[in-house]
Amino acid sequence: MKKRYLILLLILLSIVSVFIGVKDVSLRDILSFKDEGLQVMLLSRIPRLISIIVAGMGMSISGLIMQSISRNKFVSPSTAATMDSAKLGVLISLLLFASSKPLHKMLVSFIFAIAGTLLFMQILKRIKFQNAIFIPLVGIMLGNIIDSVTTFFAYKLNMIQSISSWLQGDFSMIIKGRYELLYISIPLLVVAFLYANKFTIAGMGQDFAANLGLNYNRVVNVGVSIVALISSLVIITVGRIPFLGLIVPNIVTIFQGDNMRKNIFHTALFGAIFLLFCDILGRIIIYPYEIPISLTVGVIGSVIFLVLLVRGNR
Amino acid sequence: MIEIRNVVKQYGDKRVLNDVSTIIDKGKITSFIGPNGAGKSTLLSIVSRLIPKNSGEVIIDGKTLENWPNNQLAKKLSILKQSNHLSIKLKIRELVSFGRFPYSNGYLTKEDEIYIDQALDYMQLKDIQDMYLDQLSGGQRQRAFIAMVLAQNTDYILLDEPLNNLDIKHSVEIMKMLRNLVDDLGKTIAIVIHDINFASCYSDHIVALKDGKIVDEGDIDRIIRKDLLGEIYDMEFSIADVNNMKLCVYY
Repeated sequence: MKKRYLILLLILLSIVSVFIGVKDVSLRDILSFKDEGLQVMLLSRIPRLISIIVAGMGMSISGLIMQSISRNKFVSPSTAATMDSAKLGVLISLLLFASSKPLHKMLVSFIFAIAGTLLFMQILKRIKFQNAIFIPLVGIMLGNIIDSVTTFFAYKLNMIQSISSWLQGDFSMIIKGRYELLYISIPLLVVAFLYANKFTIAGMGQDFAANLGLNYNRVVNVGVSIVALISSLVIITVGRIPFLGLIVPNIVTIFQGDNMRKNIFHTALFGAIFLLFCDILGRIIIYPYEIPISLTVGVIGSVIFLVLLVRGNR
Repeated sequence: MIEIRNVVKQYGDKRVLNDVSTIIDKGKITSFIGPNGAGKSTLLSIVSRLIPKNSGEVIIDGKTLENWPNNQLAKKLSILKQSNHLSIKLKIRELVSFGRFPYSNGYLTKEDEIYIDQALDYMQLKDIQDMYLDQLSGGQRQRAFIAMVLAQNTDYILLDEPLNNLDIKHSVEIMKMLRNLVDDLGKTIAIVIHDINFASCYSDHIVALKDGKIVDEGDIDRIIRKDLLGEIYDMEFSIADVNNMKLCVYY
């Protein structure tokens, strides 16, 4: 997997993505500044493209960080209670602030996401039986417990409808003015790049990190914060995208190894490509209608996940 | 010189180390021997700040452990615990490069590359430097980790059971390399080792522990004695002189 080809593929898919849709927009329309076509581009298509790329990169890198610091290939924001905690956070913020501005929602869900992830990391520390499959199962169980709390209160308060809108990741609602929060994850991605080496070292264990003079706890906390923040940003703007943080890093590390300095760029690119591909697919299959992205990612992702599991057991 | 003064380590009611004092001398191989649960590994972990102690002092080159900044100490002293269980997919050269982390924070300079090359050469890993750790044999992997510690270029190298899971040939190979590190490069090495015969043949100084206390310490002639070893391990020993080396027979 050469970086060049990945970038080329990403550009290609981006172009395709921008020109797919119910409204026909041709290149000539845009070049001649035809009002309608340009509006569609600027208000809907390009925001959608950007949010897909940012979310794809963000979720994949979150998964990569989680897998490194938890030393387990099957841990990701959706199997470590991060996503479910973020969702609970959104519910709480809707209860606390009647206005529930996106920024409020984000902050509260971020706090919950961090708390949930740290809780999972604490449980992880205490588990003596460090089996590769067992640990993500614990994470999924913890996530489900948190999720049931969310559902319970949502039922009580008659908010099931709005809750389920975050359950399913969907890019069709993305228009100008509704996705800009996602930009916050770009500086976070930069921090992740700068910390790549430290995450790898932390992934080799506390003793190993201490020997090299690295502050293990700080690196883990930075990692968890990045993951929690990106997850809550994505869940608020796009919704829940399953499997992405799990399979993308796994596929990339098969080819690139576990040295994060060397695989983080590939992971980001591949994550964006994978999500963009799934989105395009979802938009063509039942054209002019759309299949939500969580469904296409879920189906393709679960197949790949199964293949990975079978491979891993050999 | 590392001075260990009255170190105590307690887990709940159990004292794992009870008032241990000794000295790790510069330019020597110091071996820590004793039965399981004697506190050898714990002592090594305390000296290398991996775990905290309950009381006592560790003084490294005149400065107490607490006064050493973490990243400065990483240039002075390195510790290698048994790490063969690592499942991380990393190339040998990448692993060895991590040894330069205390110096360059991950942004390798030309000087770093020289140290990495030297370490790979010294441990005879140059030809396989691009192989992944999970493709290696136990001996190769152990050599890779020692190469990383070499690239770290510390005066003191602490190794916790470096011969674990290695066959006789590889064990001898590793011990010879450690001996060379001390004789050629002037390093100071402290190891926890289970095989008394390796301790006898390769170390300058032996510290014998039992139940969290030092029973005796000194050179080979002082420690490799029938009665002393018998007392430490609770079993019959006979000692044989072969090629000027003292070997213990205990089967």
